[in-house]
Amino acid sequence: MRGLFLYTLKRLLGAVPTLFLLATLVFFVLRLAPGGPFDGDRVFPPEVKAAIDAHYGLDLPVWKQWTVWMRAAFFHFDFGESFQYLGRTVNEMIAFSLPPSLLLGGLAMLLSLGIGIPLGVLAAWRQGTWLDSSAIFFAVAGVSLPSYLVASLLVLVFALGLGWLPAALWDEPSSVVLPVLTLAFRPLAITARLVRSSMIEALSSDYIRTAHAKGVPVKGVLFHHALRNSLIPMITVLGPLAASLVTGSFLVEMVFQIPGLGKHFVGAVLNRDYPMVMGVTLIYGVILISANLLADLLCAWADPRIRLDSERN
Amino acid sequence: MNFWRKFIHKRVPFLSLLFLATVSIGATFAPTLTRQSYETQNIEEKLETPSAKHWMGTDSLGRDLYSRILYGARMSLAVGVLTALLSLTVGTLIGSVAGYRGGRTDSFLMRIVDLFTIFPSLLIAILLTVFLGRGFLGILLALALTSWVTHARLVRNLVIQAKGLNYVESARAMGLRDSRIVLRHILPNIIGPMIVSLTFQIPTNIMNESFLSFIGLGLEAPYSSWGTLANEGFRAMRSYPHLILFPGTILFITLLAFNALGDGIRDVLDPHGKRDFGG
Repeated sequence: MRGLFLYTLKRLLGAVPTLFLLATLVFFVLRLAPGGPFDGDRVFPPEVKAAIDAHYGLDLPVWKQWTVWMRAAFFHFDFGESFQYLGRTVNEMIAFSLPPSLLLGGLAMLLSLGIGIPLGVLAAWRQGTWLDSSAIFFAVAGVSLPSYLVASLLVLVFALGLGWLPAALWDEPSSVVLPVLTLAFRPLAITARLVRSSMIEALSSDYIRTAHAKGVPVKGVLFHHALRNSLIPMITVLGPLAASLVTGSFLVEMVFQIPGLGKHFVGAVLNRDYPMVMGVTLIYGVILISANLLADLLCAWADPRIRLDSERN
Repeated sequence: MNFWRKFIHKRVPFLSLLFLATVSIGATFAPTLTRQSYETQNIEEKLETPSAKHWMGTDSLGRDLYSRILYGARMSLAVGVLTALLSLTVGTLIGSVAGYRGGRTDSFLMRIVDLFTIFPSLLIAILLTVFLGRGFLGILLALALTSWVTHARLVRNLVIQAKGLNYVESARAMGLRDSRIVLRHILPNIIGPMIVSLTFQIPTNIMNESFLSFIGLGLEAPYSSWGTLANEGFRAMRSYPHLILFPGTILFITLLAFNALGDGIRDVLDPHGKRDFGG
């Protein structure tokens, strides 16, 4: 127990330099890029431009801007003022747009595990039958079908065709359905495929034959014996799964007009809203690092043979 | 030759290869395969449904959709293949140095790889487009700079495995230079898994490019890829679903074919290899 605590602490402390490095890289990539946030179509008179630059600290040398921003972000969790939304801080924008994204991502994660795992188990159990082949086809299609096509098909059928669900916006409970289905599609396919292959491996081992021989019911063998042992590879994909949900959210939130983090991230990159890009990137960093840590902890819990401290080479 | 004999018996991968060859030929000879221009706007013929003149209809500016898909294939395939080659080169270079040298070099390089693993490649690619611009070369570099890590990790592990084998040992005993051992002895022996990884990288790149184009951060006019077409199609989907269904279907089948091809090549070249699903 104490080892677990120390390990978690070590990993959390190790995340700080990673985030620092990430923030620094992103900062310089943004500042060194050609074109600035305020040289759009509208040309400001020089004195107005100077006033704007002074207000946002853009008149300082780049390294100075870097120290100012990094100090505020890492010591006060203050990400600065948004360039594109006048008078709003990045913190406000994040507080505002994180909940829809988390809800969307969380539901999609639940859905992809909740359907993907049983589907993989079923396919492995009925290996070689039509059920298995259709599961495999679905899994391959799932990774080959870009999510905007999933979204288009869902909207065409359920919103425009049948009129059951809203095609976009985020104003009633039913508007959650299509975005979540879109977002969950790819992770679900990945989950099903992975569970299938590790289940097939587990089902061919000796303890399964023993369990069958001593008369354990099929359901018990599948879910109690085999699934438990094939969960480890499943847990290790939680990290990549979280990553694919983040990526998916950019598109899903744009397509369905959801005021979430992903939509703001894309908008901020397009409009050169540097503080917003930095803030959202760091939030993504925190989410993804936590997902990876959680996956490692779950792995150790599921299989005590995995030694946490030796995990990191 | 042995490879072909085995490969030709795999039905789905072989059909996929034929399909991809057809698409590539279509993209290469686009000007002779369509009489309609892909860029001429014709407002009188805008938003038409498929007909004998416009096989897949026309878009909101009256441009022939079939021609646009053929020319879009050039962009999508070129980005997919060139990015994969570039990232394989970079990944092989870094992966083999890390694996062969080991020690500090290895742990330093792998730390960078870890950083790229945690963050989804598309997120990094989006950030890089700000810096590199959204021309053909910019997109290509942005995608390559984010996808080399997959190859780097693979090559590193393969090189570490190979390092312990006798042929490397004897090459060393003969006093060959390290670079020669890696280039002439190790790499030819691990080329199988590398080709598999390359094949799987192509659809990922095509998909990521289409993603970038779809959310408006990809190729800028005058370039247009399948992602650009899907984006335009999505906007007009309510009344003119064919505008997204045609480019969407061809993109989907192409990606499916690349994945099936990869599976087939893997079965022949690297039977024990596992598919690496990235974010």
